[in-house]
Order: sequence, then structure tokens, then C-alpha cells
Amino acid sequence: MSDTTTTAVTGRINGREQTLQIDNADLLLDVLRDLGLRGAKPSCEMEVCGACTVQLDGLPVSACTTLAAEIDGRDVETIEHLDADGTLHPVQEAFLRHSALQCGFCTPGMVMTAKALLEQDPDPSREDVVHWLEGSICRCTGYATIIDAVLDAAEVMRRAR
Amino acid sequence: MLILSDFRLHRPASLADALLLRAELGDEGAVYAGGTELLLALKMGVLEYEHLIDIKRCPELRGVQQVDGTVRIGAATTHRDLETSPLLARLLPALAELERHVANIRVRAAGTIGGNLAFAEPHADPPAMLTALDARVELAGPAGVRELPVEDFVLGAYETALGDDELVTAVVVPVPPAGVRATYRKLATLERPTVGVAVMGEVAGDTFATAPAVVVGAVDERPLRVDATPLAGASVRDRDALEAVVEAARDLVDPVDDLSGSADYKRHLTGVVTRRALEHIVDPGSPS
Repeated sequence: MSDTTTTAVTGRINGREQTLQIDNADLLLDVLRDLGLRGAKPSCEMEVCGACTVQLDGLPVSACTTLAAEIDGRDVETIEHLDADGTLHPVQEAFLRHSALQCGFCTPGMVMTAKALLEQDPDPSREDVVHWLEGSICRCTGYATIIDAVLDAAEVMRRAR
Repeated sequence: MLILSDFRLHRPASLADALLLRAELGDEGAVYAGGTELLLALKMGVLEYEHLIDIKRCPELRGVQQVDGTVRIGAATTHRDLETSPLLARLLPALAELERHVANIRVRAAGTIGGNLAFAEPHADPPAMLTALDARVELAGPAGVRELPVEDFVLGAYETALGDDELVTAVVVPVPPAGVRATYRKLATLERPTVGVAVMGEVAGDTFATAPAVVVGAVDERPLRVDATPLAGASVRDRDALEAVVEAARDLVDPVDDLSGSADYKRHLTGVVTRRALEHIVDPGSPS
């Protein structure tokens, strides 16, 4: 039984195993941003907008409504990891090709959600893409270019395999 | 930024340990699984607990199994696990389809079926469907294990029959016999359903062999069963029979004005979605 309000956790953040003493009440979004990973944005704070989306064991989650202690034994990936080798991820390249962003606030969440989809399903239909992006809100683009970009990225990634 | 107040986080590795904690902490401890409802309430300060008991590490509480004539779903199984379960798709396709459309992918990745039922937020999809399917909730506590029909478990808004020393351990769903189908139709203007209607019935051609189970969710504080006897032995194209059940649904609900719409609007939608669900179960190609 824990006697305190902190928990020692060991998890992988962007491929690097880290052991952290986490305040139980800390949310994943706050801990990531304190670590300098500021791509995930605080916005709606209630899991409806997608701006804080990161991948936890491959699936997208709202970092604003996930306890930081949840990283124990698990794998967290944020937008900052995608160009760690110096080249953009195919989803990021496709977003640029299709001008799938304007202000960019939602973009990290959109990209992480799209990347998770393509890892689960390399050949999604347009309807699948729309379904996965439900709950990821963009107030600039009108979504069409984002959906085009995800489908294009899927094709590029399939060809590269 | 919203800040949670301090709490102790307990992470039992077995159901037995989780039950000991539950008995020890009583109402000072909240059961925590996906956190998709609980953390929001904690962030808003609506709820406050000194202890959270994270049940996700109890292997007994996860997974989907076929047991005799039922599908047994561990309480800590996520919506995403259910959406992608081949077993569920084969034995309870209407429930699998419902799970595919719960909230958004992030909520489905974290949120659990047991949490959904135990939190008893009225604007939820699974309770109406589980009621129509005659599903049961399995509860474990110091006195042993008991089962309640879902409709007896959900007592009202955020209110269930769960004891302070109990845990929801599973949802047990009978597999409908051959010829019996189910469907769920909903209308949602926000993330959560404004109105959801579940139907289960034996259908031959376009005719209901007996009165189908029709359950309206998300409008009242708990799912409501609609009297569908006018459709017993009737075709869905029998407009009088169909409209009698639609009317019964509209009369049954007691909506209130809220962010999903006015009471009048929700009463109207209850009729529309009930009609669509009854048409859809007979003709899956009908508009949703």
C-alpha cells in the first residue's frame, strides 16, 4: 500500500526509459510539458478536442485526462519524437504537402492520432480516417486537407514497406 | 490549468487485493480504471477522494470470454478492446458496433465498460444496449459474488446498486439465439449521445415474431424500456403498429432542458430515433 501521495514510476518517454517520482495528482500533460515536451497542448481539458493527444502504448490518449502515473511500465510517444532522427515522419510530410494546417495548434494531436491509426490500420478508408479524427477539433482547415493528408501518408507508408 | 487535489494511489495486482482495499477504504476510496469520467469530476472538484484504487492491474478484470451461452466482459476491458474483439464481433455484433462509436478514439482507448456502468453518467451509450440485451452486472464484495440485471444496477444519474465495499467485476451478456437481432441508433450533437435507442427482437422478413425489447437511453436518468407490444407479430411496415411504439417512447421519456437540447426537442428525437432503430433492425440498409 502506498503511504504517500507520490508514486515511483518507470516508463519509456519517446524511446528513453525514465524513472520518475510522480505526484499522484499530476496529469500526464503537465509532466510532459514540464519535461520540455510542449507539442501536446492544454486546451479543452475534458477529452473532447484532441489538442493534447499523445500515444500511450501505441493508442492515442488525452494527456489532459490521464494520470502521469499511468506511464509506469508503458510507452509514451509525443510529437517531438517523430523527427528525432532528423527527418519528418511521413504523416508530417503529408500535412505539409496538403497544407493540412494553418495556425498549427491542433496539429501535434492530429498527427499523433493519424500516426496511431496508420499503425493499427495501414490501409484505412476515408470513412475510417474521419472516424478516427472525430473528437480532434481544427478551427482553421475545415478538415478536408487533413483527411487527404492522412490518406496520402498511408499510401506513402505502404509503398515504403 | 486544472489541478487535482492529492490522493493516495493504490494499484492492487489481484482482484483479492482490490477487494481488501475496497473493504478497508469504503467511501473514502474511488475505484479508478480508465479515468475518463472520474478524472473529469476530480478536476472540476465535483468529487474528491483520499484514495484511488486502480483496478487495471487485476488480470481477472480484463478480457472478453465466451462462457456457456454468454459473453463475459471483464469490468476493466476498454471500449477499444471491445471495438476490436473478434469474439464480440461474432457473437454480439450490435454491441461491437456500438463500442466503435463510443465518444472518440482517445476515450475508447482508456475508458472501460465497467467504469461506464459504475459511473452511471446518463448520457452514455452502453447501458441502453446492455439493458435491451438482458445483460447482467457481476459484483464482488466481502459477502461473495452477486449478479444484477443492468437495469436494476443503474438506479439513476450517477447512482447504482454498487456497495461501498464492492467492485464491478464483469458484465455478462447472453448471446441472443439465432434469428434474434439487435441494433443501436443514436443522435449526438455533442460528444455524448442526446438520445440512444437499443432494440433487440426476433425478426423474420420484415415482421417481429414477438414484441421487441426497445430501450431508450441518455434522455432520462436511467435507460427506460418502451412497451412494444403493438409490434408483436406485426411488420415494421405496419405504420399503425410502428407509430404506436414510437408514440409510446415519446410518452415514456421525461426529458429536461440541458446542453443537448430542450425537453421538447429531446422528446421529438426520442420518437425519431426509436423509429429509425426499429426500421434498422429489420432493414440494416435503412438511413441512420
